Amino acid sequence: MYTYRLEESGQAVSKASNASFEVELAQPLLPPTTGSVLGVALNDKTLVASLADAFNDKPYVAPPKTPVLHIKTDNTHIGHGQTIKIPADRGTVYAGPALGIVIGKQACRVSEAQALDYVQGYTVVNEVSLAEVSFYRPAVKAKCRDTFCPMGPWVADKSLISNPNDLTIKTYINDELVHETGTDQLVHSVEKVISYISSFMTLSEGDVIIAGTPLRTDALAIKDGDIVMVEISNVGRLANPVETE
Amino acid sequence: MKHARVLVNGQAADATINTENQVVLTDGTLLSEGEFSWLPPCDGKIFVLAINYADHAAELSFKAPDEPLVFLKNRNSLIGHQQNTYRPDNVDYMHYECELVVVIGKEAKNVSEAEAMDYVGYYTVGNDYAIRDYLENYYRPNLRVKSRDTCTPIGPYMVDAADVADPHNLVLRTYINGELKQEGNTKDLVFNIPQLIAYLSDIMTLSPGDMIFTGTPEGLADVKPGDVITTEVEGVGVLTNTIISESEYLAELPQ
Repeated sequence: MYTYRLEESGQAVSKASNASFEVELAQPLLPPTTGSVLGVALNDKTLVASLADAFNDKPYVAPPKTPVLHIKTDNTHIGHGQTIKIPADRGTVYAGPALGIVIGKQACRVSEAQALDYVQGYTVVNEVSLAEVSFYRPAVKAKCRDTFCPMGPWVADKSLISNPNDLTIKTYINDELVHETGTDQLVHSVEKVISYISSFMTLSEGDVIIAGTPLRTDALAIKDGDIVMVEISNVGRLANPVETE
Repeated sequence: MKHARVLVNGQAADATINTENQVVLTDGTLLSEGEFSWLPPCDGKIFVLAINYADHAAELSFKAPDEPLVFLKNRNSLIGHQQNTYRPDNVDYMHYECELVVVIGKEAKNVSEAEAMDYVGYYTVGNDYAIRDYLENYYRPNLRVKSRDTCTPIGPYMVDAADVADPHNLVLRTYINGELKQEGNTKDLVFNIPQLIAYLSDIMTLSPGDMIFTGTPEGLADVKPGDVITTEVEGVGVLTNTIISESEYLAELPQ
């Protein structure tokens, strides 16, 4: 089952389809859910390894003891086909290919063993960001610009995904494969991040957790005129044009 | 005019507060105490300013920042007036933070400081609890410190911006069990309301209902289960809240 949202006669409408090929993608879609979107930063093995020395220096002093969380505010959320607007004067903008875990029912203090019972399914997220010179302070300026969180095209029901911790994530810019990663690179598994977050933040139906984004390299830089596509095996392929703001 | 959200017979409803301080539903029904509970009066993005009073910066041994130091909370942390906030077991320091909250009244993008006050819809009172034991140096203050369930009481209601003559000269006070613990004045904000709206609306579009918790002055203290915490902003409201233990909280959770 694939659930998605689109605008019809000025109204947001939710739809479901049994086959992804039945979903009409010629027109832009809305983000597939309307809940809060929480990201797990520093949750990629290569990224964390690249920072291992820095983590022991000021201002961090010690490596993270717990998963590092951030919030993608509602102004950042856009759907498949909608345009990523990038500022002209704030430096390089990067795509952030990631798995989106979509919560299916209220989750408060759930164990890792139970975590997947609270998942509706998965979506593709492009966690767009400016470069981050430091991880010391919250990344509002880098991560919360309008349109910086494309999600979609749909939520693929969890029954379609045998192991969320072993999914290939490919990024294409203008149809060229520029980056490949996978959820096997997560430091904290899908089950772990759900359990951890729900230990102090009650998650609601429709909330999305961005499982983790890779090290930002030049390959992920996006610019005016690009079409950026993130594809996750068995989940879907999210495409968005890029324009200068 | 004062605007509230209340829970009556299991249903959320809009209400106003009349001149006798009574809660009135939109159909004119007067609610008496015990008939309803208070919900957060607004829903939107939750921005919070860290070290935005010079005296508080000194208290935390920080120098005031060069630009607003903004962090975000998620809506799971919001609760209304006269609700309970739980203190986790085995922590050493949990403190309140009394704050003036600016509520955005209309969509704002790239707003200048000169125009910014036109985008303020309402003011309310917020209490931005923090559990300092959980501080880490990544996206500090991290969500585990600040965005916890029950850790952001707000209300009791929103006051129309037009009814607050000078939001930059309001006394803030916090009492623990009636004893005055914290006192400050919004005239000491490092970044004032127009500067904050201009700063945020340069980054992103602000929407009606978005909240800006403008920061807290000096005078923090540890709170313990059983404490009644009263946070007050002159001319805006008096928000009360009770600290309970984690085990009491868990016993109250629906199974």
